[in-house]
Amino acid sequence: MLKKRIIPCLDIKDGRVVKGVNFVDLIDAGDPVESAREYNDLGADELVFLDITATKEKRKTLAELVEKVAAEVFIPLTVGGGIRTVGDMQLILRSGADKVSVNSAAVRNPSLVKEGAIKFGSQCIVGAVDAAKRDNGEGWEIFISGGSKETGIDLIEWVKKLENLGAGEILLTSINKDGTKDGFDIEMLQAVTEAVNIPVIASGGAGNIKHFIDVFQKTGADAALAASIFHFGEIAIKDVKAELEKENIPVRIEAEE
Amino acid sequence: MIAVIDYGAGNLNSIYKALEYIGEEVEIITEGNLELIDSYDGLVLPGVGAFPGAAERLKSHNFIDFINKFVETGKPFLGICLGMQLLFEWGFEDEKTAGLGLLKGNVVKMETDLKIPHMGWNQLEIIKNDALFKGLPENSHFYFVHSYQLEKVTDDVLAVVGYGTTVPAVVKKDNVIGFQFHPEKSGDNGIKLLENFRELL
Repeated sequence: MLKKRIIPCLDIKDGRVVKGVNFVDLIDAGDPVESAREYNDLGADELVFLDITATKEKRKTLAELVEKVAAEVFIPLTVGGGIRTVGDMQLILRSGADKVSVNSAAVRNPSLVKEGAIKFGSQCIVGAVDAAKRDNGEGWEIFISGGSKETGIDLIEWVKKLENLGAGEILLTSINKDGTKDGFDIEMLQAVTEAVNIPVIASGGAGNIKHFIDVFQKTGADAALAASIFHFGEIAIKDVKAELEKENIPVRIEAEE
Repeated sequence: MIAVIDYGAGNLNSIYKALEYIGEEVEIITEGNLELIDSYDGLVLPGVGAFPGAAERLKSHNFIDFINKFVETGKPFLGICLGMQLLFEWGFEDEKTAGLGLLKGNVVKMETDLKIPHMGWNQLEIIKNDALFKGLPENSHFYFVHSYQLEKVTDDVLAVVGYGTTVPAVVKKDNVIGFQFHPEKSGDNGIKLLENFRELL
């Protein structure tokens, strides 16, 4: 049976792990290679690296970082942030990432998803989406540029489009919930997991173990992602998994030899 | 030394690093040079992408003869993911395409009600014990990403996983071995399995 995945997200700025609240107020949280190794030892099922300051000049630095992590940590690695071209994708994938995530660039140029999927395979392309509830309370719309820019595009239409373009997975962040530690955005996740037939990673709002149980019991999410609560040691991945298992949610816990 | 076949099918860095990590010397080879067969103790065929294109590139890079001759030496040959699928007779991804034909069986689209691709950690069920599995925890997990699979559980299948259907996950016949999952992405278990593969060299 396939297991639900627990994924720590490492926001990277200038080669360091940082964490902000509601996309701002960044705090330094450590060395990425060291963090990746620790998370592997602690039972992370996968890692997401999000380069939040990615510029053209920094792309090479990111690729070098990915290469270092991939040489030591042998679990799946997704890298995103500022990926705008198929060439960017290729550089990061060749450096050892298993998947690249595209967000704003996919909105500006949807054919990027299609070209990437054709060239590298759908399994390599993650459609990252930041969304918030519409002001009138009806449905959600997506935002770009790190959650700062409204697009008017409907969330459900957009995730369906991403699937059709060839994205292999959706990484869905609720702007309303991100950084609140108030729980995942159950309603949004229900809507998205019902709309698409590709795996969905829930992101934004994890604050305690109960939130992880909720997201897997109440929505079709395949994975749950969190950053600060793992970085600052507020919750151990091992404890999350142990509690999920008690609730009969399938997770990867290795038997003792 | 282990040779890893590069036929232009995506990221080889991970398998390269994983083999290096277990202390093996690794060389990436982009052309099947028959004169070099003796210099390698083991051969790895990784694979990301689609069956027809990969089969075509193996042919155009002179790897078909190279692989056949290598296998005849009795030294271990490991196919990973698509690399495992290419070990069989026929692939039915997009169009019917001949594989290497080293093992009996066909590769077909997965028939399951669950999401395709089968992506994530799944638990190995060993049906025939083998030295390859030495030291692995019971029902250990491995990381899968694929949409096609070996059609039936043949005599060469050592382990399977369940995904709304039975998915052959480890095959072995003499010195020809295949993993449907990615050992280089399966954490400590994957490293253990690669170490066990190295023991065969």
